[in-house]
Amino acid sequence: MSLLDLTALELGAKIKAGEVSVPEATRAALDAIEAKNAENNAFITVLNDRAMAQAEEIQKKISRGELTSPLAGVPLAIKDNICTKGVKTTCASKILGDFTPPYDATLTERINAIGGVVLGKLNMDEFAMGSTSETSFYGPTRNPWDLSRVPGGSSGGAAAAVAARECWYAIGSDTGGSIRQPASYCGVTGIKPTYGTVSRYGLIAYASSLDQIGPLARTAEDCAAVLDAIQGKDPRDGTSLDVPAGGLLAGLTGDLTGMRIGIPTDCFGQGLDSQVREKVLAAAEVLTSRGAVAEECSLPIMEYVVPAYYIIAAAEASSNLSRFDGVKYGWRAEGYADLTDLYNKTRTQGFGTEVKRRILLGTFVLSSGYYDAYYRKALQVKAVIKSAFDRAFERYDLLLMPTAPAPAPRLGESLSDPLQMYLSDIYTVSVNLAGLPGISLPCGLSADGLPIGAQLVGPALGERNVLSAAHAYQQVTDWHTLAPAENGGAE
Amino acid sequence: MEWETVIGLETHVELATRTKIFCSCTTEFGGAANTHCCPVCTGMPGTLPVLNKKVLEYAVKTSLALNCEVTRYSKFDRKNYFYPDLPKAYQISQLYLPIGRDGKVPIKVGSEEKVIRIHELHMEEDAGKLVHDNWIDQTRADYNRCGVPLVEIVTEPDFRTADEVIAYLEKLRSTLTYLGVSDCKMQEGSLRCDVNLSVRPKGSSEFGTRTEMKNLNSFKAIARAIRYEARRQQELIELDHKRVIQETRRWDENKDASFSMRSKENAQDYRYFPEPDIPPVELSESYLSEVKAGLPEMAEAKQARYISAFGLPAYDAGLLTETRELADFFEETVALGADPKETAHWIMADLLRLLKEQGLEVKEMLFAPETLAAIIQMVADGKLNRGTASKVFEAVFAENADPVAYVKEHGLEQIQDTGLVESTVADILAANPGQVTEYRAGKEKLFGFFVGQCMRALRGKADPKAVNEVLKKQLKG
Amino acid sequence: MNITPELVDYVSVLSRLKLEPAEKARMTGELEQIIGYMDILNQLDTTDIEPMSHTFPVKNVLRADEVAPSFPRAELLSGAPVPDDEAFLVPKTVE
Repeated sequence: MSLLDLTALELGAKIKAGEVSVPEATRAALDAIEAKNAENNAFITVLNDRAMAQAEEIQKKISRGELTSPLAGVPLAIKDNICTKGVKTTCASKILGDFTPPYDATLTERINAIGGVVLGKLNMDEFAMGSTSETSFYGPTRNPWDLSRVPGGSSGGAAAAVAARECWYAIGSDTGGSIRQPASYCGVTGIKPTYGTVSRYGLIAYASSLDQIGPLARTAEDCAAVLDAIQGKDPRDGTSLDVPAGGLLAGLTGDLTGMRIGIPTDCFGQGLDSQVREKVLAAAEVLTSRGAVAEECSLPIMEYVVPAYYIIAAAEASSNLSRFDGVKYGWRAEGYADLTDLYNKTRTQGFGTEVKRRILLGTFVLSSGYYDAYYRKALQVKAVIKSAFDRAFERYDLLLMPTAPAPAPRLGESLSDPLQMYLSDIYTVSVNLAGLPGISLPCGLSADGLPIGAQLVGPALGERNVLSAAHAYQQVTDWHTLAPAENGGAE
Repeated sequence: MEWETVIGLETHVELATRTKIFCSCTTEFGGAANTHCCPVCTGMPGTLPVLNKKVLEYAVKTSLALNCEVTRYSKFDRKNYFYPDLPKAYQISQLYLPIGRDGKVPIKVGSEEKVIRIHELHMEEDAGKLVHDNWIDQTRADYNRCGVPLVEIVTEPDFRTADEVIAYLEKLRSTLTYLGVSDCKMQEGSLRCDVNLSVRPKGSSEFGTRTEMKNLNSFKAIARAIRYEARRQQELIELDHKRVIQETRRWDENKDASFSMRSKENAQDYRYFPEPDIPPVELSESYLSEVKAGLPEMAEAKQARYISAFGLPAYDAGLLTETRELADFFEETVALGADPKETAHWIMADLLRLLKEQGLEVKEMLFAPETLAAIIQMVADGKLNRGTASKVFEAVFAENADPVAYVKEHGLEQIQDTGLVESTVADILAANPGQVTEYRAGKEKLFGFFVGQCMRALRGKADPKAVNEVLKKQLKG
Repeated sequence: MNITPELVDYVSVLSRLKLEPAEKARMTGELEQIIGYMDILNQLDTTDIEPMSHTFPVKNVLRADEVAPSFPRAELLSGAPVPDDEAFLVPKTVE
């Protein structure tokens, strides 16, 4: 068994015990990236020398007893929309191609504080807008299980890197499913925590009211350990919640006795792949076997979640992305006649098609005469969605649903029909609209050998139950331990 | 036809907080370009705004002082537009739930009293500064001013004359400086005013098409711009039979005229929406009463009190309360036991004159209330005569030197020794027998000559009253 | 909702995007399809429902008015496509 088959916590324990050194683990990961990045393109930037230097430093601190996190010394990679001081942060866009932030995101600071070795920056959909990681200016990421398929998006690089054993865990961001959906396509575990529990300072905003940072890893346990390190109030993020953080890993008991799990029938209707339905419902039985009580319930909002999400997300995006204008940072077009021409040329040439589509859509829904009919209406629907979840959580501790309607599509299939691509986000976006924690965990393989993910959603700040259920499930199943074969396909 | 001018004002006031509205950079005026900046106020990717507590407090104070309804549940919104002085390409402002609404500001023009209604008051961030460099033919963007906190105060279209506008602005400036929320320096841009103006036939109840004028850098410019624009609109309608176009115009002080700022890309659609990065602000009753309790006494209340409690004339009370610093100086001096009328007299006659001569403001001077109180006390005790006291005032003013020590050091204490006065008078009379004879023969204006001679001999230190009495007595023979 | 080329032009000007004719034609069709789909929200009666901009009742997040050192200017300007030593540069903007 290679070092890279260990979970993050297993590697952390070996480092702590002195059985594996941090440089040794880092070297192994960098070699794996070297071997695999050409085919799966999970990384935009690989920090060879910097990572090795960091590994040496961290090893010294661990040896001196200065770092005590169970993840101290464990190498990871970070999605390229999270600022890393002195390291290029591109958002997979041409317009930020040269952007090297002179500051760290709070996330980066917290990872530094526990002694995480940053291997590199991960590929993604441009500005996190997409469900396939194909809209990256730096070329699409490919799914390690089948290189002709997409890894999902927008944190496709993160999911692919973890699945392909190029790192032990990765940090992604999730605005409408961008952690959970690629986790499901790539057979890894990924959690979007409650909005406000992980600081967004330094996360380059797509849709500020929905964006949330979270981990992708092999196991729910690893995710809990990462959240313990990165959650918590940040004075630089006014929307970060002032709630006690930490203790998630310690709280994983595996005991689900009496836990009430609702299965919204609205999420298992038309448009759901039959294999996905079968595997997710089978997961319910496993949870029941561990002591949970599962029953069908209703969540009568599903037809409204995608339009409400895209209106709100696009509106915020149109504003958030206005700052990319070729003046303060990033790329500037050449051959402009005046200021307006500079703006037009830089933005038109600097952004990809999907980003421009969402900017135009967002500008439209906010523009004079349409605001009430679209944006305001969507905010009202958001309130309806939130209260539907509130009602469900009066009766259930968790909701179980699919993460995505089908396993990973082939490259090129989705981009030709944007509306169809948007609709595939149906199971994930409502969780962001309501600000809730949701985890995707591997629950089976399709006939084609592609991973399928089940999603568990909890009430606000219900991370503990979400992770406990996922952990209890993983204690008795081995879907999460499957790795893609080196040439694509299950091993 | 007789015309009526209808004016509404949008006034931007920079708040005198130490730090910017959403980051901890200093708000200090000036400084080399882009040195009062950080990733937040330069709109770097991923950065987030966090509201300054003091900005909220100052905005609430101002709302209360302008008799506004304070919004208990208030939010910020984004105003989206592209311009290089706005690094995020949106300004964080308040549209839907501004902090203050429906205020009233009473003003007085001559003997006419009037109430100007405040439509709303909201918090927002200032933009940066653009300076064109002809040498390189590029415009430099300096973001030092980005994020400096502003309140924008929007009136209803209640003004009819430039004089009313100036009276309102003076009242506003007095109120804001009394509150201590802004220094209101037009020349540094901490008080900026946009004028919305339209004209209509007198008696009409409908509004004409309005224009908005910007770049008004002094009260004088505002008054001139109002008169100019009213005349321009009237002539456009009456002489050219044209319509007024709704537009923004820029006042050019050198040309004494305003010019249209039309631009082809100037679609005015700001796409306001709630700022997702800033949680709402909810004000409790206890917070509001705390702020209310902390409001200072305003100029008008002080004037009334000075008149009734100290018996000062209205003119003096007005002068003393022109700035809060001066009123504070007056009150502190009185609180030290000085006679209010004497204090008022010293301030108006000596202090204001010296400040003017030396080009100082009250808050810049070192001179302390204790010093003035000590001078007044020495005069009251007869240790110093008024004339010498004035010279002492002048001498100790700049460095705020100890007047008692100064008097002692320079031997200026008033002569209390009646024997010395009597012998001096006798000496003077003896030395001027001719004048004594003339005086006694009825040439009474020579009395002043004797006083002068005696005071000179006593080196000005005698009480002039005592000298007069002794002189009269001895001249009578 | 009928999305006209004029509306796409208007929104493009506001967004500072200037699409090539072919891209604009395709975008117009896609936007019409997407926005048409969004009209499904009108099936939901939301009368009297307060629009929800912030999901959680977090409020009054305030910072003390204490000055922190500003950022080194050279670092702020380091990523600018066209800076000089002291400022970000843009084509002529002021009269």
